[in-house]
Amino acid sequence: MIKVEKLKKSFGANEVLKDINVTIKQQEVVVVIGPSGSGKSTFLRCLNLLETITAGHVSIEGVDITDKQTDINKIRAEVGMVFQQFNLFPHKTVLENIMLSPIKVKKIAEEKARETALSLLKKVGLEDKANAYPDSLSGGQKQRVAIARALAMEPKIMLFDEPTSALDPEMVGEVLEVMKQLAKEGMTMVVVTHEMGFAREVGDRVLFMDGGYIVEENVPQELFDNPQHERTQAFLSKVL
Amino acid sequence: MNCVTLSPSVTQFFFRRGERLMDFRFDLIIDYLPYFLRGTLYTIGISLAGILLGTILGLLFGLGKMLKNKILAFPFNLYIAFFRGTPFFVQLLLIHFGLIPAILGTTNGLAAGIFALSLNSAAYIAEIFRAGIQSIDRGQMEAARSLGMNHIQAMRYVILPQAFKRMIPPLGNEFIVLLKESSLISLIAVPELIYWARAFNGQYYKVWEPYLTAAVIYFVLTLTLSFLLSRLEKRLATE
Ligand SMILES: Nc1ncnc2c1ncn2[C@@H]1O[C@H](COP(=O)(O)OP(=O)(O)OP(=O)(O)O)[C@@H](O)[C@H]1O
Ligand SMILES: [Mg+2]
Repeated sequence: MIKVEKLKKSFGANEVLKDINVTIKQQEVVVVIGPSGSGKSTFLRCLNLLETITAGHVSIEGVDITDKQTDINKIRAEVGMVFQQFNLFPHKTVLENIMLSPIKVKKIAEEKARETALSLLKKVGLEDKANAYPDSLSGGQKQRVAIARALAMEPKIMLFDEPTSALDPEMVGEVLEVMKQLAKEGMTMVVVTHEMGFAREVGDRVLFMDGGYIVEENVPQELFDNPQHERTQAFLSKVL
Repeated sequence: MNCVTLSPSVTQFFFRRGERLMDFRFDLIIDYLPYFLRGTLYTIGISLAGILLGTILGLLFGLGKMLKNKILAFPFNLYIAFFRGTPFFVQLLLIHFGLIPAILGTTNGLAAGIFALSLNSAAYIAEIFRAGIQSIDRGQMEAARSLGMNHIQAMRYVILPQAFKRMIPPLGNEFIVLLKESSLISLIAVPELIYWARAFNGQYYKVWEPYLTAAVIYFVLTLTLSFLLSRLEKRLATE
């Protein structure tokens, strides 16, 4: 589904991703962990070209997204992304946030888009907030709206960049619950997170990144209980 | 005048040409009212034209300044720096005696005035526009793009509506400055408000009547403008 080959990314002279190779299968939930500054966000953002790629290839369902011929807007419409800071549109209501892209990008009729948006809101438990503005929501509610907004484009893949890191502890659970549900429904997901419990429970595979490389990857049980690399051991001993 | 003693120079100033405030001639103002009104209409028309053209040009120049390619952005930067860094009066003279004759073959005060106001305010509006757009969090553009919107759609539906709200107060200031600066256009014989005030002064050798009247009219105009803008701001804030 996603194939990353020899991916490199530099910001000026600072090489952040050095040589990333990984394949992600359909319906797989891949969790990315690693210390701050190791390049996790950058890696995720390369998957939908929010960052321009310096070298290497990323293909999604066989389409090379680094190829200049590829219509990146079409790819992005199929790859949902959820940000740490939610990034809801503050001038639009919850419902309008969700409906905007389906109407403008996919040219879906307004009535149909509204129906879908409402059913997605129900799914994330916020149907009563349809006409509220983002500023009036709690962090956990905002993030659930952001997830519904991404889902409204009917993506094939969902990318999550520390979706619970900006939340008060008591709100982390409600967001993880929605993500677990998504995983159960068979969504292909790449999740950067510090929630090791979530990684263990939901992840099919965990990638440990450090210094611009994927240092180690394994099923959660193995990686957490029996890490092979020194750096993985050092990192896990700090966070577990 | 029995309770105040004025120093000789102040007395001279107030009573020059034997003109005393207590002799204020309302009747002359009433006589001249049709001219003041005509002048006011000119002032309003010139200012509105300047605001309209200046805003359109300002948006374009602001976009030009934000071009990623430094070489393409350079002329816009230069333009903005020039018009913000030189006096409006000098710009007016250059346009009136240089630019307009070069284009039309002969000069035209009204065209020169509107043109100068537009070009001058466009430089300020370009800056306001750029600052407004760049004040919007980067995450907004990223979220829009990650939802499949192209750059234009993201601008149109996500960035600009938010930036516009923030641009209203500085734009309002700029419109008020423009309205006031339009008074300089009287100096190239465009029959706007100050032109008639000066004519009044020349005809009756009166100072207070024409210029105070003009000041009051400008004041009413700028107050009206700021009232309208604050209404617009409130309406957008609750939307
Ligand atoms: N737009 C940018 N311009 C320049 N440098 C950047 C940019 N974005 C990220 N970097 C640098 O790239 C490195 C990796 O950043 P990245 O955000 O990918 O790390 P991360 O693993 O997500 O860290 P965190 O856990 O703190 O989110 C950092 O050193 C950062 O300073
Ligand atoms: Mg990060």
